Amino acid sequence: MAFEHPQHLVTAAKAKTHDKVQELEGYALEMRKSILKLCSKAGMLHLGGDLSIADIMIGLWKYKLTYDPKRPKWEGRDRFILSKGHAAGALYVAQALAGCYELQTVYDNYLQPGKDFGVHPGNYTPTIEIGTGSLGHGLSIAVGMAKALRLKNCPSRVFCVMGDGETQEGSVWEAAMAASHFKLGNLVAIVDRNGFSLDGPTEEIMGLEPYADKWKAFGWNVIEINGNDMSQIVGALDSVPETSTQQPTMIIAKTTKGFGISFMENKPEWHAGSVNAEMLPKCLAELEERFGKRGTL
Amino acid sequence: MGEFAKGGFTNVGFTWNMPLVSPRDRFGEELLRIGKEHKNVVVLSADLTRSMKTGQFLEAIPERYINAGIAEADMMGMAAGLALEGFMPFTSTFAQFAAMRDCEQVRTDICYPNLPVRIVATHAGLSTGCGPTHYSQEDFAIMRSMINMTVICPGDPNQVEKVLQASLNHPGPIYIRLGREAMQTIYDKEYDFVIGKALVPREGTDAAIIATGIGVSMAYEAAVTLEKEGMHIKVLDMHTIKPIDKNAIIAAAKTGAIITVEDHNISGGLGSAVAEVLGEAGISIKFKKLGIPDVWAMNGSPDDLYCLYGFDAGGIKSAVKELLK
Repeated sequence: MAFEHPQHLVTAAKAKTHDKVQELEGYALEMRKSILKLCSKAGMLHLGGDLSIADIMIGLWKYKLTYDPKRPKWEGRDRFILSKGHAAGALYVAQALAGCYELQTVYDNYLQPGKDFGVHPGNYTPTIEIGTGSLGHGLSIAVGMAKALRLKNCPSRVFCVMGDGETQEGSVWEAAMAASHFKLGNLVAIVDRNGFSLDGPTEEIMGLEPYADKWKAFGWNVIEINGNDMSQIVGALDSVPETSTQQPTMIIAKTTKGFGISFMENKPEWHAGSVNAEMLPKCLAELEERFGKRGTL
Repeated sequence: MGEFAKGGFTNVGFTWNMPLVSPRDRFGEELLRIGKEHKNVVVLSADLTRSMKTGQFLEAIPERYINAGIAEADMMGMAAGLALEGFMPFTSTFAQFAAMRDCEQVRTDICYPNLPVRIVATHAGLSTGCGPTHYSQEDFAIMRSMINMTVICPGDPNQVEKVLQASLNHPGPIYIRLGREAMQTIYDKEYDFVIGKALVPREGTDAAIIATGIGVSMAYEAAVTLEKEGMHIKVLDMHTIKPIDKNAIIAAAKTGAIITVEDHNISGGLGSAVAEVLGEAGISIKFKKLGIPDVWAMNGSPDDLYCLYGFDAGGIKSAVKELLK
């Protein structure tokens, strides 16, 4: 099977330049603002986890993924699975920023009856590989896809973003075992290690530590980063081994739940919530104050 | 109910002149054949290669044989991933595990995106004789409630080949249910197999037995022996539980009496599906569901258990006579 790799799609910058990181930080700021606007318009979003993975999603959708939004089923694309499907808002905005559809389309359709942009990503939009939302499912699907790509001799990668809380599900560890057993070096998982699930801190609800050791023991190539630091995200994504290698990669991204809005940070009650018209300008102002100088947009 | 007949299976005085064949053997052979012909066929196992008779596929096409280990949920998730990439996965495990251990992956990751995964589930009903942990008394009920799912349970061992062939051109997921034990061959002539269209191995006018899977041969035996007593009983092979053949059921209702037979709990399976059709069609006739009577089935051989719970040939015969009294 032959695959075309147009040069402009093979992720542009290997250059980890300061400029590139700044540009991505600008997108991350835009993403956070869009998430809050979307929430204020629609009334409900999983804000905590959307904000914690905003930087990772920008790192993937604006930097790492080989993807042509005009040809969402192009065989040479990298595959992306959002296992923590409740962060659909972050996915919609990331895909809009990547050119899959207009941001206005998300604003107009999110939570609207019969439309394709729901609380969890459904099987409606061509740029969404599969609907997700029930936790602990995504990694198995990603393993199946990575195995399929191997069978087809397709050099693409599968990226799977998970929440840390969902890795309490047993099926995640079945998939973790399978990924290293099948030597799927074309699989990259990223865990949003924000330390909180719905009921509180993961370490109080059902402890996950020593977290990196667990993934290492399951045979994964583990990279630990600050998942709200764009230069570290770019560095980690650049260091993912060649797709032909034999070991799956786990990027444990330590993040802050609700990152960017001080009153939401590390507050499980902001796992899901709404921002009213009065709060919105204050939130946007805080984002501008904290991140505005860093971005170039 | 509650006591084993001496010597198990009731002798109704009918002898088949056609062979017993293992549906699992037929599955293993046919799977290899379609695997050789169709490069998109992949087989997934949950550490049951020998039990599922899939070893010959593994030997011949090892690169397309994926053993998930004892991890059914992961197997179904992987099957979804493979199907998204254009493969046609045949997953293989026992019915009890296929229907329950990975139930949510089947629902959400396979049925919701309508992926062409073939869930081959063997050792169904009471056919393992291995006790309640291994009986699947609920899988019809679970699988037929799933949107996009097609549910098939062949009534003749050689029908397995036709089911697999038909599956190649079917767009969505299919649950294919097989027993563990050898089954009676029923059809001695070539026939057309269409998913969702019941077969009528025997015509009759006094009552109709609608059976599925292993129940078809037992229903047939009962019908033949009832003929000697002057009763003309129609037998339907309802190999597709979903979508169920409404027209065949409504036609069978013209006899005035329907008995359903399944190696499954009487709740939620074939009997319930037939009752739904009759109810919605406004048909009021004599009706009896045979199967596992909503109890945790005992230990025992399948034949003993079918007899005990009244749906072996003898049990069916008695039920027909009782209904027609």
